[in-house]
Amino acid sequence: MSDPVISIQGLHKSFGEFEAVKGIDLVVDREEILGVLGPNGAGKTTTVEILEGYLGRDSGDVEVLGVDPARPTRAWREKIGIVLQGTTLEQTLTVRESLQLYAGYFSNPRPVDEVIGLVGLEESADKRAGKLSGGQQRRLDVGIALIGDPELLFLDEPTTGFDPSARRHAWDMIRGLRDLGKTVLLTTHYLEEAQALADRVAVMSDGVIVAEDTPENLGGRENLPTRITFVLPEGITPSDLPVARVAVGEEPGDDGRIAVIETDDAVKDLQVLTAWALERNLPLTGLEVKRPSLEDVYLQLTET
Amino acid sequence: MSSLRLVLHEFKFTQKVFWRNPASVFFTALLPVIFLLIFATIFGNDKIETLDNLPTTTYYVPAIVTLAVVSATMVSLAMNLTIAREAGLLKRGRGTPLPSWVFIAGRVGNAIVISVLMVVVITVIGRVLYGAPIPWERLPALITTLFIGAASFCCLGIAMTAIIPSREAAPAITNLITLPLYFLSGIFIPENEIPDGVLSFANHFPIRSFFEAFFAAYNPHTVGSGFEWGDLLAVAIWGAVGLLLAIRFFRWTPHR
Repeated sequence: MSDPVISIQGLHKSFGEFEAVKGIDLVVDREEILGVLGPNGAGKTTTVEILEGYLGRDSGDVEVLGVDPARPTRAWREKIGIVLQGTTLEQTLTVRESLQLYAGYFSNPRPVDEVIGLVGLEESADKRAGKLSGGQQRRLDVGIALIGDPELLFLDEPTTGFDPSARRHAWDMIRGLRDLGKTVLLTTHYLEEAQALADRVAVMSDGVIVAEDTPENLGGRENLPTRITFVLPEGITPSDLPVARVAVGEEPGDDGRIAVIETDDAVKDLQVLTAWALERNLPLTGLEVKRPSLEDVYLQLTET
Repeated sequence: MSSLRLVLHEFKFTQKVFWRNPASVFFTALLPVIFLLIFATIFGNDKIETLDNLPTTTYYVPAIVTLAVVSATMVSLAMNLTIAREAGLLKRGRGTPLPSWVFIAGRVGNAIVISVLMVVVITVIGRVLYGAPIPWERLPALITTLFIGAASFCCLGIAMTAIIPSREAAPAITNLITLPLYFLSGIFIPENEIPDGVLSFANHFPIRSFFEAFFAAYNPHTVGSGFEWGDLLAVAIWGAVGLLLAIRFFRWTPHR
């Protein structure tokens, strides 16, 4: 088992009176894609900028690739790629020139043409950065972060402001980084993005990590009850139903005619319910079986 | 990669960006030439009695060189570094193995090369169009003055970025500092037209000191080697103060 790429213990950071990060612990392993998910102002960018060596910290132990990022060295910078939020490039340099410029800063850069291929900008290689679409500029950002062939890549909200199709393209590209064996720390406030890309998600809210797990199990999702819902048939009251834990009319927009059953054994309860309905020839209109969505969990976790 | 190669790499791309930016080409390279042609046309036949009947056209060559050097160094760096800072380019560079001083050195190198180029262009235009002699015998003084001035104004330009909060504010603040000094220092208006009190006020600032030093090195009537050590020292002190302020107050991250 190799050492973790990032380890954080008891990290605190305040700006004046404002406590941006209130004591977080986090470990990122080699070749893992970790998503840091949270609403704006949760402390994601502050945390990431401390890891990138841009910001100092007030207290806590932090190591990134075995180095304290508060004392960045040139050798350490060689191993790290950074995509910052909301930055632009030299507008008059082409895609190829921009990559050549940054390639010159590293001792063992990846070949420029290979990186152009990795980020899918072959057709725009000789276009000036200022003429690229928002999505293409962001790809170039990622290309520049990759040019030094880093071990660890920081992506701070890489798809903010993208339309859905540009976002899908960016996701495909980021998934490709996994095949290159990179460790990636990704911040996002899009739930689907964390779900689509990350091996593990840490949810931040108000300066602390409120949950940390795989996207599937986040917030104990695997343990939360499944919900069975249907329109309550005419003349039937909840107490007539053959299953326990029935509530009525919880679904918004209905007038108390929806039955909601929360169950830990959906297979058995469904069987009982449908057998009961068939016997009485009752329709179960709008029958649905739903696991709690990641969004439900997320909203619950980040409510302050 | 050795440091020198890295500086040359940075310089090469800074050059590319400079020549592709219409604003930098116009304000830094073309505007001084246009000023020279306009002023020489307006005042062309005059002679300046207080300067041994020096033709006004000859006077304007070192005056416009002063403007061109200040534009290429102090004004360009103050504007371009502010724009790069606010666009996040400086912050991005800080996240790479590139040493910070190389980043600055590439841009200072660019500013000095453009300054040299402008001195050549303006003195050649002076020679060809107005018969203003090229001061070959005082070349050492001219080159020394140029480098001390260019280096000092680079330091001042980098220091100025600390008081410029945004890219929108950059042209206003740089012009507010330079334009009045151009007028008061005898750059736009020949100094014999300017009251002594105004000139002695302008003497406290590096634009006037640099102009006087460069004028002495360039002026065909100068006797001797043309070194104005007092003015050069004044320019260098301004540069040193600028350097200290730059080291203390320069920021790499955008204002949010």
